[in-house]
Amino acid sequence: MNKIIRFIPLILFIALGVVLYRGLSLNPQALPSALIGQKMPSFQLTQLLQPKVMLTEQDLQGDIVLLNVWGTWCVYCKYEHPYLVDIAQSGRVALYGLNYKDDRQDAAQWLKDYEDPYQLSIFDPLGKLGIELGVTAAPETFVIDRNGIIRMKHVGPIDGRVWKDKFLPMIENLEKEYQGENS
Amino acid sequence: MKHIFSAVLMSLIVSFAAHAWNTDTYVFNDLVTEKRYKSLVKELRCPKCQNQNLADSNSPIAADLRREVYGLLQQGKSDGEIVDFMVKRYGEFVLYRPKVSGLTYVLWFGPAILLLIGAFVVVMILRKKPAKKIEKSLSDDQQDKLAQILKDK
Repeated sequence: MNKIIRFIPLILFIALGVVLYRGLSLNPQALPSALIGQKMPSFQLTQLLQPKVMLTEQDLQGDIVLLNVWGTWCVYCKYEHPYLVDIAQSGRVALYGLNYKDDRQDAAQWLKDYEDPYQLSIFDPLGKLGIELGVTAAPETFVIDRNGIIRMKHVGPIDGRVWKDKFLPMIENLEKEYQGENS
Repeated sequence: MKHIFSAVLMSLIVSFAAHAWNTDTYVFNDLVTEKRYKSLVKELRCPKCQNQNLADSNSPIAADLRREVYGLLQQGKSDGEIVDFMVKRYGEFVLYRPKVSGLTYVLWFGPAILLLIGAFVVVMILRKKPAKKIEKSLSDDQQDKLAQILKDK
């Protein structure tokens, strides 16, 4: 009995070590989103390139909607931009932009200088819709299904690997789900 | 001595000044609302710059959320409603004082349980009787030898 007791500190130490070691490889920025499974929040904001056009959540049309939060001030948005162009061209999803806390002219120029991958961009200079969506910074990307339910949130830039590991499985899932509903 | 004291006092004042808050200048109609605002931004965590609360952080999102807290207060929302508003959008993570739930049992009760275990261990050790002292005495021969040695010295 005494011998076993003598080993308890060692066992506790190893257990603590395992927990802390695991903590090293976790990303503390990856928070579970409170909005998964919720309806896309309603909003009323203008369109980035057409200041007179009012947009609401009804304007995000598509079977699978990707809502990408971006801004000209955001370095990683530039990095993920070519991937977004590819994604938009694939036609598998409807890609919308949420121009977050930005200047309208700068943003329009940005889209002109590079390439506009978005069907349209919502202009949110004060980050109002951003707060509704629990956005902390750009880039972030939401996957919304055809019923307007938020199914996934990705924090950080999209690149080939993220697309393959995180987005494609979700998209295939949704496509299967729709097929089941349709037949 | 007096000089040292005033030097310490001075450095304290300076360090408090250096610990500047955000630069917001919200105007409140009454002191109670201002107090509520201050305690809310202290208790809500900035979702981007983790380990800082909304009051301490200068990140844009913290500024936005402070503005939101201020706006909600002006609308006459209660503290509970404001906290719910934040949790609904940013998750339980934004609470520096998390709610008691299945996920947070360990956080809430872990320390107390560890303390109890510690107390139990201490009690067990104290209750263990110390091993009996074995009375050791020298035989007559040894006593003589000892006396001899001491005498020779």
